[in-house]
Amino acid sequence: MTVTGQGGDAATSPLAASVGLADADLVAMYRLVALARAVDERMWILNRAGRIPFVISGQGHEGAQVGLTWPLRKGHDWIAPFYRSIATCLTFGMSARDLMLAQYAKAIDPSSGGRQMPGHYGHPSHHLVSVSSPVATQILHAVGIALAARIRGTDQVAVAIMGEGSSNQGDVHEALNFAAIHRLPFVLIVENNGYAISVPSEKQLSVRDVAVRASGYGIPGVIVDGTDVLACYAAGLEAIERARTGGGPTLIEAKVTRLTAHSSDDQQTKYRSEDDLAEGRAHDPLPIFRDQLREADVLTDAIEAELAAEIKALVEDATDFAEAEPDPDPATALDWVFAEHWPGETAPPWHGTAGSHGSAGAGGHG
Amino acid sequence: MAIRTFIEAIRDGMAEEMRRDWTVIVMGEDVGKKGGVFLATDGLWGEFGDDRVIDTPLTESMIVGASIGAALNGLRPIAEIQFADFIHPAFNQIVSEAARLRYRSNNGFTVPMVIRAPYGGGVHGALYHSQSVEAFFTHVPGLKVVIPSTPYDAKGLLRTAIRDDDPVLFFEHKKMYRSVRGDVPEGEFAVPLGQAVVRRTGRHVTVVAYGLMVHYALEAAERVAEEGIEAEVIDLRTLRPLDRATLLSSVRKTGKCLVAYEDNRFGGYGAEIAAIVAEEAFDYLDGPVSRIAGPDVPGVPYNHALEDWFMLNPAKIADAVRRLAAY
Ligand SMILES: Cc1ncc(C[n+]2csc(CCOP(=O)(O)OP(=O)(O)O)c2C)c(N)n1
Ligand SMILES: [Mg+2]
Repeated sequence: MTVTGQGGDAATSPLAASVGLADADLVAMYRLVALARAVDERMWILNRAGRIPFVISGQGHEGAQVGLTWPLRKGHDWIAPFYRSIATCLTFGMSARDLMLAQYAKAIDPSSGGRQMPGHYGHPSHHLVSVSSPVATQILHAVGIALAARIRGTDQVAVAIMGEGSSNQGDVHEALNFAAIHRLPFVLIVENNGYAISVPSEKQLSVRDVAVRASGYGIPGVIVDGTDVLACYAAGLEAIERARTGGGPTLIEAKVTRLTAHSSDDQQTKYRSEDDLAEGRAHDPLPIFRDQLREADVLTDAIEAELAAEIKALVEDATDFAEAEPDPDPATALDWVFAEHWPGETAPPWHGTAGSHGSAGAGGHG
Repeated sequence: MAIRTFIEAIRDGMAEEMRRDWTVIVMGEDVGKKGGVFLATDGLWGEFGDDRVIDTPLTESMIVGASIGAALNGLRPIAEIQFADFIHPAFNQIVSEAARLRYRSNNGFTVPMVIRAPYGGGVHGALYHSQSVEAFFTHVPGLKVVIPSTPYDAKGLLRTAIRDDDPVLFFEHKKMYRSVRGDVPEGEFAVPLGQAVVRRTGRHVTVVAYGLMVHYALEAAERVAEEGIEAEVIDLRTLRPLDRATLLSSVRKTGKCLVAYEDNRFGGYGAEIAAIVAEEAFDYLDGPVSRIAGPDVPGVPYNHALEDWFMLNPAKIADAVRRLAAY
């Protein structure tokens, strides 16, 4: 996917050529950034309209997310994402419908069948590991995936993604140490938006940049401007290729901005000044990437209009589709505790007591 | 048939499964060249090499978390926690991740892995090398918890656990590693999860136990038999999923139930057994559902006098059986 249009008669502007891509790739990347933003904005509207109880957003992170993960091989490599990874999930194969089904928590929501809060994405066939709420647990999962890739000889790379506040968790240390010892095909991406809910990074980190911690593991630590999609792409490509060719893990820190409150339950004006918020808006990757592509004549009025119409239609369709889907049936809520049913183990307690599961011990498929 | 110690049966179980299925790997502290601090993995590194027998850093959360990831990407890891006492740094990975991945993804992801850990006291291990931790994990839907009491069961249940598609915690009483021996047949026998076994039949009192306490309960039953009390001893083998049928049919027969567990008493696994029996066999009961368990102190103290005070033994269990039988 990274080389679509390379060679042949595909148009390649100097900008695209500077990162070894074709113009069509840049347009496709822009489309993902814009689509992620449109889906995200729709989520907030639905929340404010009382249609969905909770939103957690990726606004401001999309450029880094698309750029950094674009070089991965879809359906082959793995990503352990986090709750802001809307653009990551779109880049790696999920659709606007898939994401909207998670917002509405509908029965056919591919992330969790409506079991998890919105933002807890996951997709087995796209190799997107199911997100949980305790932060940074997924870093170890990606390291384990990379270990299995090494042992199985599958040539896969595993990427884990989290915020800078989460980088303080002990699991991150354990993960980087092990990945570095074994030079596993692993890339850790830290999307540093300067805040962990309300706590600024000066009170989260004893150093300014998470990336410098990489030296403690003897691996490269890279800082990249998250509003520069193509710089993110280049950094991602280098780290992913290094991982794939046996060069071991890389820690990439993308400096991004959080354009929204932490979540729909947060009021960020309580702890962020107007200046700070304005500074954030000036680092919105969407207009920055758009301007860059327009300047390079990669994005034209015609293409932009076409994309805008397509994205609008996709968001409408995803919303209508998800809204119309049925909720999960409570009769299914006992399913998939295990591969098989263990009636005595998982019967709801209000189903009575004496004698009610007298024969339910040995289990069986149900 | 061959006579094997408990730990030999566990080692044989791992080795045979690793020969059969190349996706089975072992990860843990000192499991490689040394073969584990108890030698449970002795010889595996020599046979299967660095890739499949991995000496990890001292990082329990990593051992479990990376095993989860490896399981997501096609392997069947056996994660060894050196002592059950040190499983707590991995608690979040076990409870929030391994136990929930299948459920939270609506069957999208599965975590076929085994976490082995030596547990239990009576070995001069003091507070931090003696703990029984099963109650923390039997509380959690999505985890299977196995505690075998014989070499035969250890091997057969371990084989089943490795082949199972969900996370299984496999706790091994360390005092039994070399003190318990038994017949273990050649060949690929397996013991199913979720099935208890009646180790001794009797009419008067049901004693429910697992792990080392099965042996103590059997000795206790032998003692009270001389006094005319017939104790039936149930070895649960799998704590979750629980074999309610075997448990309840025994209690419905004897009308009396004593649960013996080494862990401290309050909120222990035996409390759940007692509650189930009270709820589901009430009409048959002829005495209070009773527990005999470890005292509620924060750990097993070291000095032999203190340790003996803490630990259950056949005499203490026999006393409890007598008290219950007297109703
Ligand atoms: C272990 C844990 N502790 C606390 C929380 C509550 N929490 C959710 S997100 C968050 C802040 C995370 O900040 P950061 O890692 O910087 O990511 P960001 O949200 O800024 O993208 C907190 C405290 C949690 N989810 N998990
Ligand atoms: Mg942050």
